[in-house]
Amino acid sequence: MTSITPRLLPPDPVTGRALDLRSLSAHEAHFGPAPGVAVATKGRPGSLIDEISASGLRGRGGGWFPTARKMHAVVESAAARKALSSGRKTVVIANAMEGEPASSKDATLLSHSPHLVIEGIQAAAATIGASNAYLAVHRGSPLIPILDEVLAQRSGIDRIPVELITPPARYVASEESALTHWAGDGEATPVYGARPFQRGMNGRPTLVQNAETLAHIALIARNGGAWFASAGVPDAPGTTLVSVGGAVAQHGVVEVATGSPVTDILNRCGGATGAIQGFLTGGYGGAWVSTTALQTTTWAPDPVREAGGVIGAGILWALGSQHCPLEEIARVAMWMAGESAGQCGPCRFGLPTVADDLATLAGRQGSTQDLHRLNERLALIVNRGGCKHPDGTARFISTGIHTFHAEVAHHVNGHCSASSNHFALPIPAGRAVPVKRAGKDFR
Amino acid sequence: MNHPRPGLSKLHLDPTVCDAHGFCAEALPELISLDEWEFPVFISGGLTVEVPHELIGEAKRAVSACPVLALRLSKED
Repeated sequence: MTSITPRLLPPDPVTGRALDLRSLSAHEAHFGPAPGVAVATKGRPGSLIDEISASGLRGRGGGWFPTARKMHAVVESAAARKALSSGRKTVVIANAMEGEPASSKDATLLSHSPHLVIEGIQAAAATIGASNAYLAVHRGSPLIPILDEVLAQRSGIDRIPVELITPPARYVASEESALTHWAGDGEATPVYGARPFQRGMNGRPTLVQNAETLAHIALIARNGGAWFASAGVPDAPGTTLVSVGGAVAQHGVVEVATGSPVTDILNRCGGATGAIQGFLTGGYGGAWVSTTALQTTTWAPDPVREAGGVIGAGILWALGSQHCPLEEIARVAMWMAGESAGQCGPCRFGLPTVADDLATLAGRQGSTQDLHRLNERLALIVNRGGCKHPDGTARFISTGIHTFHAEVAHHVNGHCSASSNHFALPIPAGRAVPVKRAGKDFR
Repeated sequence: MNHPRPGLSKLHLDPTVCDAHGFCAEALPELISLDEWEFPVFISGGLTVEVPHELIGEAKRAVSACPVLALRLSKED
């Protein structure tokens, strides 16, 4: 049995549930007070950067990019230096948009250990010398009143105020350049070729980090990089939050050391509720993996990728065998088509078309030629958009067709094995945006 | 990441600007085709394509043919 060390979501010793640490006194009673963090001076990051570097922390928003390297770039890349020398100051944006419908880790973190995230924002802001800091949650989020209260408790404590921003809930609005665009210009659309860490909000070097990443930074500031790296696998150390859903007894968020067996994660959620026909990893921009491949692997970026999946923002979702994978995939594909910003051809025309192709197959009306054409269209969608929205959606679809190939063939022959007529994959309520269709009415 | 050879020109497409007029594919069919919605597809895939010396003239014509300025030709050195 792997020993599990919750760090971000410490459990109540009696109930085992995550402690509610929304009050500053409860937070400090558990974690201790936040240590002072040196502010960047003269184009050099503050000294905490060395601990973050030693920790090996990688971003938990989906990309798993080395956090220290990104922070260095915000202060020291040539483009950033140029911006900073003209008097611009750096910016920190904490990303808690949680655009993936099957993810709930950022909301869980912010409703249980919110001060850890704010302290992480402060620590990162000091280290890169930021003069503005933002925390982004989506418009209408139930977190807004909680965070207003948390930020009010901290007035006069924090070096710089953290401003709560609420971009639209659209999936693509949580993409790094879209978020930066929103903070600066109030437009939540991705910017092609943008490098926010060099030129972000209003041309200022901008550090966008996921809320969980920042919470880890708050603990690294307390305990040091070596402590952080004492849990998990060497190339992606620490603990990490996993949103577990689908055919498991208890949906929810668990904190595990990276490298934990996937079966341990499932067991912590009460195990499977029945036969599982496949797993979705990384969400609707992620990848499907066969049950056998995923249940024999461990939860860290490399092993999950070797199994054919993508750890992404930490989503592990089990599809029960009573559901039709094609209907699930077709429905999510249509939703993802509507969640695009509609800026590029592959999203505007490619995604609605492949979603229609999938609906035809799911409805047992598709032929082998239809399946062939769908695969050709999927190949043409990839690498041609201004952001990764079309690529992620295409991967979600193509790995699904691969993982459930037997069921796809069954549909082409006019059959479907599903026994349930309920959809299993979550779609946010009230967000069934009509898909912009190819044709003159949209142009 | 490919490292371009010295002196090689590259054509870049901004997909957020492109509006599927298709003139680029007429000017430079050797490197650009159109998908079923008439958005350009580079022969290399992706949003950047290396332009051989003998096609520089056509590439320049493709850039200037685009009514929305979605194409850019760069010289790597």
